[in-house]
Amino acid sequence: MSDQSRNRILERMREGLQATPHPGSDFSVLAEKQWPPEARVKMLRQRLESVNGQVHLCSREGWVAELQNLLSGKAVSNLLYAPGTEHGSELERSWPGDDAGLPSLLSTMEEDVDFRERVFDVDASLTGTIGGIAETGTLILWPTPREPRLMSLAPPVHVALLDAVNIHNTFWEAINQRQWADGMPTNALLISGPSKTADIEQHLSYGVHGPKELIVLIRE
Amino acid sequence: MTKADFRAGAARAVGDVQLRSNFRRAMDGLMEKRAAQFADGEELERLRTLGESIRSRSLARLPELLVQLENNCRENGIQVHWAETAEDGNRIVLDILKRRNAKTLVKGKSMVSEEMELNHFLEAQGIETLESDLGEYIIQLAQEMPSHIVMPVIHRNTAQIAELMERKIAGVSYTENPDELCRIARKVLREKFYKADAGISGVNFAVAETGTLCLVENEGNGRMSTTAPKTHIAVMGIEKVVEHLQDVPPLLSLLTRSATGQPITTYFNMISSPRRPGEQDGPQEVHLVLLDNGRSRILADPELRPTLRCIRCGACMNHCPVYTRVGGHAYQAVIPGPIGEILTPQLRGLDVRGDMPFGSTLCNACVEVCPVRIPIVDILLRLRAEANSPEQGGSVKGAGAKREGKEAMAWKGWQAMHASGAVYNGLSRLLAKTGNMMPGSVGPLKAWTATRTKPRFAARTLHQMTRKRGIPDE
Repeated sequence: MSDQSRNRILERMREGLQATPHPGSDFSVLAEKQWPPEARVKMLRQRLESVNGQVHLCSREGWVAELQNLLSGKAVSNLLYAPGTEHGSELERSWPGDDAGLPSLLSTMEEDVDFRERVFDVDASLTGTIGGIAETGTLILWPTPREPRLMSLAPPVHVALLDAVNIHNTFWEAINQRQWADGMPTNALLISGPSKTADIEQHLSYGVHGPKELIVLIRE
Repeated sequence: MTKADFRAGAARAVGDVQLRSNFRRAMDGLMEKRAAQFADGEELERLRTLGESIRSRSLARLPELLVQLENNCRENGIQVHWAETAEDGNRIVLDILKRRNAKTLVKGKSMVSEEMELNHFLEAQGIETLESDLGEYIIQLAQEMPSHIVMPVIHRNTAQIAELMERKIAGVSYTENPDELCRIARKVLREKFYKADAGISGVNFAVAETGTLCLVENEGNGRMSTTAPKTHIAVMGIEKVVEHLQDVPPLLSLLTRSATGQPITTYFNMISSPRRPGEQDGPQEVHLVLLDNGRSRILADPELRPTLRCIRCGACMNHCPVYTRVGGHAYQAVIPGPIGEILTPQLRGLDVRGDMPFGSTLCNACVEVCPVRIPIVDILLRLRAEANSPEQGGSVKGAGAKREGKEAMAWKGWQAMHASGAVYNGLSRLLAKTGNMMPGSVGPLKAWTATRTKPRFAARTLHQMTRKRGIPDE
């Protein structure tokens, strides 16, 4: 059925279009959007904060201490992380034992533990990002086998690490500079704040399905 | 069911004070937020030009792009299905579910699945479908249609939603706290996401060059529906394809800024394949259902083709003086407002919804805000003409369905009167004398005066007055 339908649909379209000319596109309105690196960090931060994201600047080495600081005051009993990644290893190295009053670390790669079950059960997660977008206050994530898709969605608190050097001006620039068209991952994600809805009389509520809190650590 | 009729629906809606105030408040807010996003008028116009060129190019090359999309999706492991009609589409979805022995479904928001009446169809087959977008979830509880394509439950206020949730969800007590209502929905839906056998979503853009399906959302339910269950079925109208990945950012920007006044939505989800070896989540199977359902017919007519440029932002509704007063339900169609007035009659036929192109004042506000510059008013006029066409079965399905002998006669008479100076002069003098005696509420003028004030005729015609002033009649 599908094959015949396919051919009939395509035939109808080809007949209807004949030789319709197709216009070119001028992307200069996007290409012109360029800001210096410091301005990009500022923009991204300001945009993310305006949608209830929490942004903290820290040094290349200081992010684990910053994270400990942030989580010690929260009702977060565990933190899901990806061992084997660069940031996962750094986290393991400087995370104190359970009696320090910090959330305990849970691995995404533990044998005999179903990842799906675990990710729906944890309080918080930590993931990396491959970059950011200044114009819209956006994180770019390409989930991996170690850092799966649900990690940035199911837990109530999502902590994301972003390197300031990877902040692009626009989404268009990120796609072109990094040549995304040459090979897309299973899932590419843009995340611009915690989950939200305004479906009930335009009242803004956070965490309707995904994280209620998005914490972004920008490493400068 | 009685035949859908906008005039009757609008009359009912105008009398509903609560509904009008719900809409007024919401639409004012959306208009303000959009305006704030496009403070730079020059940027807006350049973006619109770009968006229009991308969508026009996609449509001009649609058959090639769909084949390219199909090939790339298949290469990525996404299974592609073609459906000529809504019934075909429903049947395809059902077959996939049956093969997977899937009994429970979670759905992300999808206007195409509303067009297919997919939920209704699947429920008749014993498959439970649950809408997971908060607004869609609420209207599913209320067994209503969406009243807006972006904000489906905008017709209800918080108290009305609170009452509904208390009545429909076991163990829930009445609360008007919207955060609490969200929390209740989150709890119900979390469980369903975790357990559902399959997820269904729409598609905002499909990228031919990479075989990528893009979804725009704020809540995360779309990501849940396309990530947590073992099977993901995406349904899309064939017009949604774009050529290149770089065509996506400008359309995304136009979409979210026009729709809700956001620079971008919380999530932009780009799916290019099912779960690959080693990956720990994501569906094992991804299916893409391409639905025609009348679109290839619209594509064939160069004047009507721009209808298919639409990226479903809803700005035309938010700015429409008719829609903002009567709300979405008055249209009794899946897609209401200006874009619905041109799309629905073309998809379903002028014999079924020939009333819709007449539900407009032609004020042009929709055209001014449309991010891809669809000439909605020109298309409305074309559809009105088609509806009254003397030739049955023109290029629009059901053409000629609204033609009435008496009206056609009246216009023939009007034409004859204006084509001859002598007849025009004679008749206008006659009307100057007798026009005000003609009753407006009965006879041939009744249909006209039902919604208009009967004009008062002047005692002398313009010709008579100018002659009296000594202006020569040339």
